Amino acid sequence: MHGTLSPLSSRKGDGARGGAFCPAIAAHGMLGEFGLMGAPGQPAGHTRHMHVTREHLVGISGDLTALTAPEARDLLVRRQISATELAHAVLGQIERTESQVRSFITVTADEALAQARAADVALGGSDPGATPPLTGIPVALKDLFCTTGVQTTAGSRILEGFIPPYDATVVARLRAAGAVFVGKANMDEFAMGSSTENSGYHPTHNPWDVSRVPGGSSGGSAAAVSAGQAILSLGTDTGGSIRQPASLCSVTGLKPTYGRVSRYGVVAFASSLDQVGPFSIGVEGSAMVLQAIAGADPMDATTAPFAVPDYRSTIRDGVKGLRIGVPAEYFTAGMEPDVERLVREAIQTLTSLGATVHPVSLPYSEHGLATYYIIAPAEASSNLSRYNGIKYGLAALDEVDMTRAMDATRQRGFGNEPKRRIMLGTYALSSGYYDAYYRKAQQVRTLIKADFDNAFASVDVIAAPVSPTVAFKMGARIDDPLAMYLSDVCTIPVNVAGLPGISVPCGFDHQGLPVGLQLIGKAFDEATLFRAAFAYEEATSFHRQRPPLAEQAGSEGSVNQAAMGAGKAGGPQRAPHA
Amino acid sequence: MTGTHHAGTSPATDYEVVIGLEVHAQVVTESKMFCGCSSRYSGAPPNTLVCPVCLGMPGSLPVMNRTAVEATIITALALNCEIPEFSKFDRKNYNYPDLMKGYQISQFDLPFSQAGWLEFDDPANPGQMRRAGITRVHLEEDTATLKHVRDSSGETYSLMDVNRAGVPLMEIVGDPDLRTADEAGSYLRAVRQILRYLGVSTANMDEGAFRCDANVSLRPWGQAEYGAKVEVKNMNSFRSVVRAIEFEIVRQRDLLDAGGRIVQETRGWVDDRAITVTQRSKEAAHDYRYFPEPDLPPIITPEAEVERLRSLLPELPDAKRQRFADAYRMTSDIADTLTQTRALAEYFEQTVNLSGNARAAANWITRDVLRILGATGAEIDQILLTPAHLADLIKLLDTGTISGRTAPEVLEEAVSTGSMPREIVQQRGLGQVSDTDALTTAVADAIASNPKAVADYRAGKATAMGFLVGAVMKATRGKGNPGLVNELLKQQLDG
Ligand SMILES: [Zn+2]
Repeated sequence: MHGTLSPLSSRKGDGARGGAFCPAIAAHGMLGEFGLMGAPGQPAGHTRHMHVTREHLVGISGDLTALTAPEARDLLVRRQISATELAHAVLGQIERTESQVRSFITVTADEALAQARAADVALGGSDPGATPPLTGIPVALKDLFCTTGVQTTAGSRILEGFIPPYDATVVARLRAAGAVFVGKANMDEFAMGSSTENSGYHPTHNPWDVSRVPGGSSGGSAAAVSAGQAILSLGTDTGGSIRQPASLCSVTGLKPTYGRVSRYGVVAFASSLDQVGPFSIGVEGSAMVLQAIAGADPMDATTAPFAVPDYRSTIRDGVKGLRIGVPAEYFTAGMEPDVERLVREAIQTLTSLGATVHPVSLPYSEHGLATYYIIAPAEASSNLSRYNGIKYGLAALDEVDMTRAMDATRQRGFGNEPKRRIMLGTYALSSGYYDAYYRKAQQVRTLIKADFDNAFASVDVIAAPVSPTVAFKMGARIDDPLAMYLSDVCTIPVNVAGLPGISVPCGFDHQGLPVGLQLIGKAFDEATLFRAAFAYEEATSFHRQRPPLAEQAGSEGSVNQAAMGAGKAGGPQRAPHA
Repeated sequence: MTGTHHAGTSPATDYEVVIGLEVHAQVVTESKMFCGCSSRYSGAPPNTLVCPVCLGMPGSLPVMNRTAVEATIITALALNCEIPEFSKFDRKNYNYPDLMKGYQISQFDLPFSQAGWLEFDDPANPGQMRRAGITRVHLEEDTATLKHVRDSSGETYSLMDVNRAGVPLMEIVGDPDLRTADEAGSYLRAVRQILRYLGVSTANMDEGAFRCDANVSLRPWGQAEYGAKVEVKNMNSFRSVVRAIEFEIVRQRDLLDAGGRIVQETRGWVDDRAITVTQRSKEAAHDYRYFPEPDLPPIITPEAEVERLRSLLPELPDAKRQRFADAYRMTSDIADTLTQTRALAEYFEQTVNLSGNARAAANWITRDVLRILGATGAEIDQILLTPAHLADLIKLLDTGTISGRTAPEVLEEAVSTGSMPREIVQQRGLGQVSDTDALTTAVADAIASNPKAVADYRAGKATAMGFLVGAVMKATRGKGNPGLVNELLKQQLDG
C-alpha cells in the first residue's frame, strides 16, 4: 500500500541544479529573449502583458505568497525566483498562519521541497519556457484526491490512515504539469457541508475573519489560497463546494462542466454531480489549472471526448457584445442587501465593458435544492457503502463478528452529516419510495436543465450571486442543517444541470467580508467564463486584496526569507537577477 | 423419482408446478468487467489479480468491458431476445464483505435484452421440443470469494480473495414456464449448450462458471395467480438442481395437502442430506435500492450494431442438428449426438470434408471417437486423432488399402501416437494385398489344396466360396483385398 513519491521528487537532480542557475547561461542572453518573445511554445496571447521584474510584481516586501500563478510562472521561467524559494515561501506562510486558519489535514513539506528541487532542475535547463506550465508552482489538494503514498481522508475519520497506492487522474496530470504539492486541504467530511465545520479533524477558519467559516466543502482549499499558503489549489464542487468558499474567501473558483475533468481517484460524494476544479488568486491561474487537468480520461467513462481549448489564448478577448443573462429567481428573499448590491454592481461593471444585460428566467431552479437533496444523498448512500473497515481506513477490530465489525466501523467512523445523508439517501431509494423521490428528482433535474438550455438560447453567460450571504460565524448553522443547505441555493442548480460556473471576487460588505459574483456558462464553454471573469477582474482590484492575516504573515515571511537568503549568499536557490 | 411428480399424482389436490430458473454464467473475457485485471483467476494466488477498481478503493471508477457487453448481446440474440436500443447499468446495493464497493453493478429495469425464448428437449416426449420464455439476459459483475476457516484452537475467521471480484457475469432469467424437475434439467442443458456453442462461457458448473437458482411454486390447477415462490439456491451440479426441485415440489405439496401455507423465502439445497433448508425469509429479504449507475453512461445499441452482432452468431445446436439430419441423411439420434458440442460437430464436418464419406465419419465418431473421449475424459480438441487422421483412415478403407478388420488396430495406433494412419499401415505392413499377381498364386494354391471345397462350389454350395476366400486370406495373413480375392477365385474356378 505504501507507494513512493513521484519521479519529480527524486533528489538525483541536485547536482545539476548549481549549473541551472549559473549566471553564464543568463549571460547568453536567454532571459532577454524571453522578455521580448515570451516563453517558447506558448501562444502570443500569453505575452501581451509586459514582463516586469520581481520587485514590480511582488512589491518591495518581496512576498512571494502574494503571487498569482501566471506571475509565478513568469518569474520562474525567467529565473527571477526559484521553485525552492517559492516552496519555502508558502511553507513558511503555512507555518505562520496555519494555527489560525487550519487549512490543512496534512502538510507535505518534505515532498513539496523535493518536488521544488526537481522543478528547479527542469527550469535550469536550456529552455525553461518549455517546462510544463505549472513547474514549481505550489498547489494544495483537497484531501479527497488520492495521492500515492500520502494519506487521503476525505475529511473523515473512517479513512484515517488510508494511504492510496495510486494518484487521482487530476493529481497525476498536475504532477505531469510540474506542480509542487504542499499538502492535503481540509474539507467537510466526504464533501458534505458548506462550512468545513463538518471535517472529522478540525474546522477551517476564514482568513478574512477567523471567527467565521471559509465556506465548504472545499474550505481548506479556498482558505489556503486566500491566506497565501498555496498559489493554487484544487477542490471539488458537488453543489457549490468550490464557488461558495471561493466567494466567502475572496478567491477565484471554477466548477467546470460535468465531464470536463476526470473524477478517477476522487473520493466520490455524489457521482452525477461531483466535479473537480481550481482555486486561484486571479482568473488566469484557474485557467492554467483547468488546462492541465481537463480532458477525456480512459479511467472515467463520464468524461467527455471533446478537445480542450487553449483557455489563455482567448482570456483577454474582452466582453464586448457578450450577452449576460440575469435570472430574477436568483435574487430572492433571504439574500443580504450588500450581496445583492455588490453582485448588481459587478453586472453593471461588465456592462460598462461592453457586455449587454438581458433578463432570463430559470423558474425550476427553485426546486434545485430539493432535487439535489434527493439525488446527492441517494448517490452518497451507495458511494459510502464501501467504508466498512474490511479493506482500508478505520476498522473496529475489537468486534469479533464480521457483520458487527462492519457496522461498528461505520458507527464510529462517520460523523453526523454523512450519517444524516446516508439515511436520507437510503430512504429515497427504498422500495416503494423510489418513484416518489429519486425518479421524480431526476425528472425535475431534466426541467432545471431545460430552463438553462432555454436561457442560453439567447445569452452567452448568466450572472448571479454565489452565496446569499457573506461568511457566517462558526457554529451559527451547525445545528440547523436546513440553514446550512440554503448556503448553496444559488450554486446547486448549476451542478444539477451539469454546467460550468465560476466565482470571482466582487467586493466587500459593510463588515469588510468578501462577496463573489457567479458566472454560469454553457456546457463546455469554460473559455467564455474565463474571458468574462478576466475582463471583470481587470476592471476591478478586489481579487488583489488580501486578508490582513495573509498580508501580515507574508511580509514577516519575506523579511525572514530575505534574512535567510542574505545569510547563505550564493546559495543555489537564489535566482540571478537579470 | 425423476418424472414421477406430475401434478396428477397428488393425493388430495391437483397442483400445477411452476418453475423458473435463473442462470449465472461467467463470461469468457481477457480482462474483468470494469477494470484491466485479468479475469482468468483460476489457479492464481489469492489477491494477485486486483487493482484499485476491483478492490473498490476510494475514488476508483468502472470502465465497461466492451467484449463482455457484446457477448451478452450475442447470447441474448441466440436466445431469441429483443435488444432494446437504450440500456443502462444500475447499482444493486447490499452489504456483504465479498462485495467490494457495497454495491454490485448490475442491470435492473433496462437490461441489454428482453422477451426471448429457448427450445429444449421435452423429457416427457422424446424427440419433441418444448419452449420456455427467456425474461432477459443481462450483465453484472462477480463478487470476491470468502473462505471461512476454523483454526486448531477452534477459532473461526474468514479469508477473502478478490481475484474473482469484477469478473463479468451474465444472468439469464427464464420465465416460469417449466413444469417438472426434468424439464428444468433439460432447459439447463440447452442453455449450457448454447453458451458453449457461442463460446461466451465455459459454463462449467463445478468451477462456478455456471450457477443456477430455481424459483419453485405450486398452484391448484386452473388458478391464474402463482403460488408463493420459493427460491432454491446452492445447487452445484445439474443433478442437484433436478433433485432440489423434486424435493421442493414434494415439500410444498405435502405442506399444502396438510393445510399449511407456503412461505415466500429463499431456501438452500443441502446436497449430502438431500433437503432444502430456510436461508432467508421474505421479511428479511434485501431491499437492493437499485438506481442507475452514475459512473457509467447509458449504452446505446443501434439496430445496425444488433445486426452486426447477429451476423456473428454461429449456427446454433437446433439448426445444426436439423441440417445434419437433412444434409447427411442421418437419424435424429446420430445428428443429436454429433451436435452435442460445436467442437464435435466441427470435427465431424471436417472429417466429412477431408474424407468425402459422411456415413463413415458419423459411424467412426459416434462409435469409436466418443468411446475414446469417454475413456480418457479428454475433450475432442485435446486428442491426437484429428479429423485429418480419421479422414485418412476412412480413405484407406474406401480405397481398399486396408480391410475393415485391420482398421481398429490402425485407429488405436493413431490415437496413441498421433501418427497418420497411412504411415502406420506402411510401417507395420498392414496394407491389403491388392496385387493381382501375388494374389493369383495364393488363389491357385488354395484351389489346389482344397479339392473338396472346389467340388462343393461346383456342386452349387454357396458356403464353399467363403471357405476358399478364408483360405486365401489366411495365406495372406488377412491382407488380401477380399473383393479381389473373390473375383480371382471366381475367375479361376469358373474359367
Ligand atoms: Zn482490477
